[in-house]
Amino acid sequence: MKKELPGQVARYGWILLIVGVVIAAAGYLIDPRRMAFDNIIGFLFLTSIGIGSIFLVALEYIAGAVWSVPMRRVNEFLGALTLLIPLLAIPIFLNLHDLYHWTHAEAVAADKILQGKSSYLNVNFFVLRFIIIFVLWSLFYFLFTRNSSRQDITKDQSLTTRNIKLSAVFMPVFAITLTLTAVDWAMSLEPHWYSTMYGVYYFSGTILAALAAATYIIVKMYESGYFPQLQRDHFYSLGALLFAFINFWAYIAFSQFLLIWYADLPEETFWFISRWKNGWEYVSILLIIVHFAVPYFALLTQDSKMDTKRLKLMAIWILFAHMLDLYWLVMPTYSKTVPFSWNEFGFPILLVGLIMVVFSFKVKRNNIVPIGDPKLERGLSFRL
Amino acid sequence: MNEQHLFSITALFETPDEIIHAAQETQKAGYTHFDVNTPYPVHGMDRSMGLKPTRLGVFSLVFGIIGAVSAVALMTWVTSSDYPLVIGGKPFWSWPAFVPIAFEVTVLLVAVLSVVTMIVLYFKFPNISHPLHDTPYMKRVSSDRFGISIEADDPAFNEAAVREFLKKIGGKDIAAVHYDLEDLNHGQRMFDPKFIGVLALTALLVSGATYIVFNQLLFMEPFSWMMTQSKLKAQRPSELFKDGIGMRPPVEGTVARGFLPYPFKGKPDEAGKNLVNPLLSTRDVLDRGKSKFLTYCSPCHGNFARGDSRLRGQFPNPPTLHSDKVRNWPDGNIYHVITEGQNVMPSYASQISRDDRWAIVRYIRVLQRAQNAKESDLK
Repeated sequence: MKKELPGQVARYGWILLIVGVVIAAAGYLIDPRRMAFDNIIGFLFLTSIGIGSIFLVALEYIAGAVWSVPMRRVNEFLGALTLLIPLLAIPIFLNLHDLYHWTHAEAVAADKILQGKSSYLNVNFFVLRFIIIFVLWSLFYFLFTRNSSRQDITKDQSLTTRNIKLSAVFMPVFAITLTLTAVDWAMSLEPHWYSTMYGVYYFSGTILAALAAATYIIVKMYESGYFPQLQRDHFYSLGALLFAFINFWAYIAFSQFLLIWYADLPEETFWFISRWKNGWEYVSILLIIVHFAVPYFALLTQDSKMDTKRLKLMAIWILFAHMLDLYWLVMPTYSKTVPFSWNEFGFPILLVGLIMVVFSFKVKRNNIVPIGDPKLERGLSFRL
Repeated sequence: MNEQHLFSITALFETPDEIIHAAQETQKAGYTHFDVNTPYPVHGMDRSMGLKPTRLGVFSLVFGIIGAVSAVALMTWVTSSDYPLVIGGKPFWSWPAFVPIAFEVTVLLVAVLSVVTMIVLYFKFPNISHPLHDTPYMKRVSSDRFGISIEADDPAFNEAAVREFLKKIGGKDIAAVHYDLEDLNHGQRMFDPKFIGVLALTALLVSGATYIVFNQLLFMEPFSWMMTQSKLKAQRPSELFKDGIGMRPPVEGTVARGFLPYPFKGKPDEAGKNLVNPLLSTRDVLDRGKSKFLTYCSPCHGNFARGDSRLRGQFPNPPTLHSDKVRNWPDGNIYHVITEGQNVMPSYASQISRDDRWAIVRYIRVLQRAQNAKESDLK
């Protein structure tokens, strides 16, 4: 079951990674403030795929899912990206002053609201929170994957039980840490603004991105003959999950908008108003079309959820949509008009390269199918 | 007993795997008219039986579109044409508020109508009989066995061959199911007099019992000597008085303490001549006038009394207070209009106190002066 990816995956991955790093570095030299904002988008995107994949692994265990067992390793490999999150966080820490209004001591001193929030929004606690969250996530990643890969050799069923218990602990930790991540890194860009749905909103995008990345890789590997026993039933399940979370995202996004629109309080509405003028309104409309309308209709019918070609296309599409979503969340704080230039390409290219490199690195050292899992046989013969 | 016709040959299996295998074999053997009955949904059955995907989804899509369109149409008509109300200062046609309702109606219509369609089109409602009902086979497959039933109208049907085939693929309890032609032709048992009779009787009993419990039993009084006493209650009729009214109206011409009735009812010109504004144009009076004006007058006359509120053009137009007529009126005339109302404007006597009315008049004078400033005012 140990099968290597073609070497070109890692090779192209390295090329993209280096190109991305060069663009990002150039961006930081020319316009550090702008690049720092792009960096937040990249950071959140990497977090989405990394911790989202670990969440999907935990979800499989805690729900007792059978169909996803043969493909679980893909999620485990992508979960390794969690360990690289600090690489993208450090440049942000160096530019905190450019990004976050609440780091300006003189602004806080003159602002009652920011003073009230300063016991939470201050640099020391911000960094401390990140370190704690990162340690927790890495810990869970190591425990999950260690149990899983040990099972390949020992075939010990109690390891599955142990992972189930671990996922029960992981779920509340995940809910809290992901919410804090969304609030800290994205929502606090506008420190006066608040939305209690923000954490869930980011969560819906996180799951979509992690699912889409896994779906793309699984279909691609299936087409190259890595998962010969997968049936359209497996693809249908992936497509149905994608479809469900597209609706979930739309539901959350619209709920957030509706509540703020209805109450019409100036301290809440300005966030949407700044996304509805100076060209941002086109980005907002584009987001609805790209993140909801197109994938909704593309995955609506039963056949389209089983169609590997459609799934592959939609997976890439949704990854792009998540990037656009983050861009829409973060960038209006940087500029009143829509900033779009070569700077914005640095981190996406870097991340695609990073994912390819990490994935091929993990594939080389692990079985791509959890051969010791007691549910594997049932998973392979899963039928709708 | 009437003539018995063969409906199908049935066989029972013990595990889901066996029934999946049996369905595949049956499909491979070329039978097309057969059905599988299981106590719970078995994964992979559709494909093993070679079933085509259902077309119910197309109906659901149509119902969904009808639901969404009709919900939006209804709310559009209600909120912006039939009964427009200003809610939270938003436009009449505020689509974001429609989305949750349109969604609910869509889901409701899809769910209910899809089930109805399924029952009518696929189960052939109102025909509720089926040869497999009330057979030993049905008893087993609805509890602990998995069954297959190959029907006699299959083009490849041959009783002996089918029995042989079912035995070969491992079926047990192979049995023939017969049906009574009269039974089947009886058809619409829904309209059987006995059935309808029982239904009607049940409805009658249930509604009668409901009525007695909720309208009689719950209102029975265990005792009533505290409830009904021989005394007068507020706003209740009374037999003591000739006119039957319990609460006595005040004697005609009664005047409340510290309050004289308005003496110029229906006489605006006299009011203008005789009434004098008792308040001076002090800061306090003007502030009070402004506050009351903005509360009671501005919704129609506009914040600056120009008659330019959002009611303009939807209503008999609220007039501007900057016309020559109003500017030349004495204070008493304006006071009279607030007190008595005029044309469609109702009386505000019960809402605005007398002093407040005079304060409003002062404030209107300020507005009139400000809106019609003369060159000399600038100096």
